[in-house]
Amino acid sequence: MDKFLQLTLTGLTNGAIFALVALGFVLIYKASDVINFAQGDFLLVGAYIMFGMVTQVGLPWSLAVLATMILAVALGLVVERLVLRPLIGEPIISVIMVTIGLSSLLRAIVSSIWGTTGRPFPPFIPNQNISIGGAVIPADRLIAIVLAAILLILFSLFFRYSREGIAMRATADDQQAALSMGISVKRVFGLAWSIAAVTAALAGVLVANIIGVSGVVAGIGLRVFPVVILGGLDSIPGAIIGGVIIGLLETYTGGYIGGGLSQVVPFIVLILILMVKPYGLFGEVRIERV
Amino acid sequence: MLALNNVEVIYNDVILVLKGMSLEVPQGKIVALLGSNGAGKSTTLKAVSGLLKPEDGEVTDGEILFEGEKIHEQDASHIVRRGIFQVMEGRRVFEHLDVEQNLIAGSYTRTDRQNVRGDIEGVFEYFPRLKERRRQTAGYLSGGEQQMLAIGRALMAKPKLMMLDEPSLGLAPLLVQEIFNIIKRINEEEGTTILLVEQNARLALDVADYAYIMENGRIVLDGEPETLKSNADVREFYLGLNEVGARKSYRDVKHYKRRKRWLS
Repeated sequence: MDKFLQLTLTGLTNGAIFALVALGFVLIYKASDVINFAQGDFLLVGAYIMFGMVTQVGLPWSLAVLATMILAVALGLVVERLVLRPLIGEPIISVIMVTIGLSSLLRAIVSSIWGTTGRPFPPFIPNQNISIGGAVIPADRLIAIVLAAILLILFSLFFRYSREGIAMRATADDQQAALSMGISVKRVFGLAWSIAAVTAALAGVLVANIIGVSGVVAGIGLRVFPVVILGGLDSIPGAIIGGVIIGLLETYTGGYIGGGLSQVVPFIVLILILMVKPYGLFGEVRIERV
Repeated sequence: MLALNNVEVIYNDVILVLKGMSLEVPQGKIVALLGSNGAGKSTTLKAVSGLLKPEDGEVTDGEILFEGEKIHEQDASHIVRRGIFQVMEGRRVFEHLDVEQNLIAGSYTRTDRQNVRGDIEGVFEYFPRLKERRRQTAGYLSGGEQQMLAIGRALMAKPKLMMLDEPSLGLAPLLVQEIFNIIKRINEEEGTTILLVEQNARLALDVADYAYIMENGRIVLDGEPETLKSNADVREFYLGLNEVGARKSYRDVKHYKRRKRWLS
């Protein structure tokens, strides 16, 4: 029973981080119909910037987080301005291809600055364990859950009630009609990319805090694909629930069956979902009026 | 209020669609722009609202003046802020947003946000049917309701000039009548100037104060609706009537095919 509780808690924290990364995917997809293959590398960049700020610049960690967030916004805006904007109006598939190129580029930049060897992350979250009902959970993981939950709630409200959020969804639905409302599509894209970059950078910091900084951090981007496919590419609740399901699934298979399989199971789920429910659990079904 | 002088529009650098198009929309009036398919009516509206760019179109000659200011080099969001709102052909509601969110999207450029709530209620007064469906996803509304929503969305921007591109498209005759009555009411009650593009010439001529007829990228005829209604060519080609005013029979068409006099 203890083992079950322990696995559940670990799964939930992994799920919370997955959900954060998935949120970035969903945001970009919702606003521009683009699947961003560079999302994992945004994590990597965030983690390394934080690492650089704390150990190399010597900032206290609160300032370092702030600086990381600001730089992440800048990164999102630059990527949107230089890479994505020239492609407005081009077929979606070419934009998606470009994000794959962007992924290699970011990874190369990071390794040319910081090298490829993994390093321990400066522990900025008190490294103590908290026990909940017999199971032990490190404090950093608990913070990950709380942070993920807060961000996810904020974004859900943003898309439902705020003018900018509604404008973003409107742009995703029909770009030209959005233009005719006076909505600036460029601004919407810039907003989507910078929010995605910030959430990814924060997730990157949380991940690095748990596993250290190295190229492995970017791998989370790949592990999040089953999450967004399961939850639905354009659904924020889907990102949360998909993240939790995949997180739990990974730790349960890891704990009860064996370590190697835990990485495979999410992709089996991915294939099953694509066969049965191609829009995911909460994805928007294309509306066809007959 | 709005004036187009000798406007030329080219798509993709090669296709000349508007060839010296001129027209004028006076403040507070309803002006109708009629013409067959491909005449360039929608292009004219897009040239005014700045929506040509995403389609690779460009105003290459002439000028578009709104309240005395050149607007043809400005982008769409600026033009909307200036007070021109285009209701696009084919309704184009945001399918995955509900009715109220569609209306909020329409109010995007408004600076007086505190009045938006009240204006949504104002739209519901024009279109009570939308009020019943305020939480419904717009994609599942009927065609008529979607057209109402598209017009309501335009109302939310409080434009000085509303341009409607074929509001009758694909709607039942009774609904078309209802929509046209509401357009007339908007013109009278809100004082909104209206530029109406239509295929349904009879209805458009009934509500308009002035009308232009377009063919091949330029204006070929214009005048008061009453004058146009009695023009033999208009009767023949747009209203489907013969010289005496009766409906045409196919035998007459076979017997003598009238040429459009203005083309020669």
